[in-house]
Amino acid sequence: MQETVLPGATAPFSTLLYVLIPGLPFLGFLLNGLLNKKLSGTVAGAIGTLAVLGSFLLSVFLFVNFKYQYTVNLFDWISVGSLQIPFSYQIDQLSLLMLLLITGVGTLIHIYSIGYMHHDENVGKFFSFLNLFVFSMLILVLGANFVILFIGWEGVGLCSYLLIGFWNKNTSYNNAAKKAFIINRVGDLGFLLGIFLMYLTFNSVQYAEVFQKASLGQFGNHGVGVVTVITLLLFVGAMGKSAQLPLYTWLPDAMAGPTPVSALIHAATMVTAGIYLVLRSNVLFTLAPQTLEVVGIIGLATALFAATIGLAQNDIKKVLAYSTVSQLGYMFLALGVMGYTSSFFHVLTHAFFKALLFLGAGSVIHAMSNEQDMRRMGGLRKALPITFLTMLIGCLAISGIPPFAGFFSKDEILSHVYEHSKVMWIIGVFTSFLTAFYMFRLLFLTFFGEFRGTEEQRHHLHESPASMTLPLIVLAILSAVGGFMGAPMFVGKHYLADFLAPIFTYSRQIMPAAFNTEPEHSTEIMLMGISVAVAVFGIGLAYVLYVARAQRPVEDDAQRSAPENLVYHKYYIDELYDTIIVKPVMALSTGLYKFVENGIIDPIANGVGRVTLAGGQLLRAVQTGSVETYLILMVIGIVLILGLNFGRL
Amino acid sequence: MTNASIVPAVIHEVPLQYYVFFATALFCIGVTGVLIRRNAIIIFMCIELMLNAVNILLTAFAAYRADPNGQVFVFFIMAVAAAEVSVGLGIIVMIYRNFQNTDVNLLSRLKG
Repeated sequence: MQETVLPGATAPFSTLLYVLIPGLPFLGFLLNGLLNKKLSGTVAGAIGTLAVLGSFLLSVFLFVNFKYQYTVNLFDWISVGSLQIPFSYQIDQLSLLMLLLITGVGTLIHIYSIGYMHHDENVGKFFSFLNLFVFSMLILVLGANFVILFIGWEGVGLCSYLLIGFWNKNTSYNNAAKKAFIINRVGDLGFLLGIFLMYLTFNSVQYAEVFQKASLGQFGNHGVGVVTVITLLLFVGAMGKSAQLPLYTWLPDAMAGPTPVSALIHAATMVTAGIYLVLRSNVLFTLAPQTLEVVGIIGLATALFAATIGLAQNDIKKVLAYSTVSQLGYMFLALGVMGYTSSFFHVLTHAFFKALLFLGAGSVIHAMSNEQDMRRMGGLRKALPITFLTMLIGCLAISGIPPFAGFFSKDEILSHVYEHSKVMWIIGVFTSFLTAFYMFRLLFLTFFGEFRGTEEQRHHLHESPASMTLPLIVLAILSAVGGFMGAPMFVGKHYLADFLAPIFTYSRQIMPAAFNTEPEHSTEIMLMGISVAVAVFGIGLAYVLYVARAQRPVEDDAQRSAPENLVYHKYYIDELYDTIIVKPVMALSTGLYKFVENGIIDPIANGVGRVTLAGGQLLRAVQTGSVETYLILMVIGIVLILGLNFGRL
Repeated sequence: MTNASIVPAVIHEVPLQYYVFFATALFCIGVTGVLIRRNAIIIFMCIELMLNAVNILLTAFAAYRADPNGQVFVFFIMAVAAAEVSVGLGIIVMIYRNFQNTDVNLLSRLKG
């Protein structure tokens, strides 16, 4: 059992180690970015992968040698009066696990990208952006105060924009990238306001100080209500980054980016930044039960909402996108009921199987010559055996079938929810039914049945190269056995909870009730049984509909019943946002352009020029070029000078 | 040092005002000539006329007040006039070479 952070604890290793962990990807970014067109695709990929692999090895080293929490002070960054923000890293259980996750899954995805992006003409740019992303994400999780977290936060938002719009010749992809960035910014506004309020309340943004003061009840001149406001604002930021209702619409559109991007950013890492934020500030959230209620309700609503949309999607990546939104909803639901460890557990397992699913989808898309519509796929399991097997494992994991990873994490979440509210639990179980259903719908439509594509696509069907299948296999293994880090009933103790316990020390002091309840053994077994039964039912239903009865989704322009139409068009949320937000802003922009820019500012700027020209024209009259005029003017001038000087005499 | 007693009485026969009027008239004629005439050489002559008018005035005052400074200044003016004429006539010769006449109305290329 490690100790809680002592404000004076120093780092056991040299500072260089900690600089290198984000520094290697940054170096990779520079190298690949500057030598963009001069390096071949494989070399660029190698540089990128080695950079992240290096960070992974260093993270493993730190993890294996971890004894106590500490802060690494790099340099004094902001030092203005009483505002002190040092640039320091916090190494504790949470940041170490996130480091391992980011660099580990990141390395696998980099290896995958070498194969996937091989034919692209901008491979170097891709890897440099990927490395920049890893760098930003590492800064985010390593930071020891909220401002450094925010630097990483913005950095990953930027990289998300760069990578979604990677194929920038296509306008709709650029629009998707813009949408992602702008919606993120809306969340960032909330986050910033939260940081400001936090500074006003605690006079610091350093984790150690803020959390210590919060746990002791020192809220400056404010009551405890200020913590509710701060946490609500932080949650707004988390909503934007982690695609919760109502700021989720960017995630499905973000599928415009290359599949490795979807896997890394929109499944495993960036979207978990919001969860990381809440986990890191768990003290503040524990002090604000109202915010936790809001978090839980929004998480649950998002999970259900996105799951229903996922039922009707026909693009393989869109299904996975909505699935991601839904699973993130589960994680926030867990946070809302103060099941902090279970939420992080789900982050880890979700990273494994969602990255696996996305990479598998990428493999399918690659094999189908860039076809993404499931209605044109079918019967691929003979042509893509490894992809099929690994995706099967991924689907089983996400549906919550034991002994795969998703079962343990989702079950833990649901048992916490059960203790909190039975109604929420029922909705959660229903959502997991939907999850199992639409995931296996995806599996069956893609890999079973007869092939529905064109002859040319059938011709090109091939299993992906080793660089792509190897990460799939590794992730499949992780999805299969990763759950046992949190399976106390099977392996004796809950490794993850024990490891993470020191992070929640303050929360445990404030609200011990939430941490010390252990549900009865029989209740646990009952809940597990219900979860599995529901998941199996979902799988069975999908089998009946899509394999036995061989139902196929209809074309885009086919007739649908009214509720079907609503779900198929994603509840028209995008159109709603377009009408109430985008159009007024564009109208305002056009209005300002016409009336202020063209009507006021331009005439002023041009007017200055015109006045100068007119003045010049006027003064030009003096230059007549005729000697006589000059002489006359000279004489007049002299007379005037003499007159004015001596006239008074 | 001006000493009115050194001045011979005969100088006062022609009152100083006459010289002033005379010099002023010459000067004005010179100015008018400069402004009105078109021939560059005539303009130069009028400039000389102006200079000489000033010379007369200076000499008259020098005589009436027995102050040699005026006469010394006249020498300066004459030297300067000579130098200026040489330069000016050189320019006029160049103008004549390019335009074949010395009409100043033709020198209008600097019109803005």
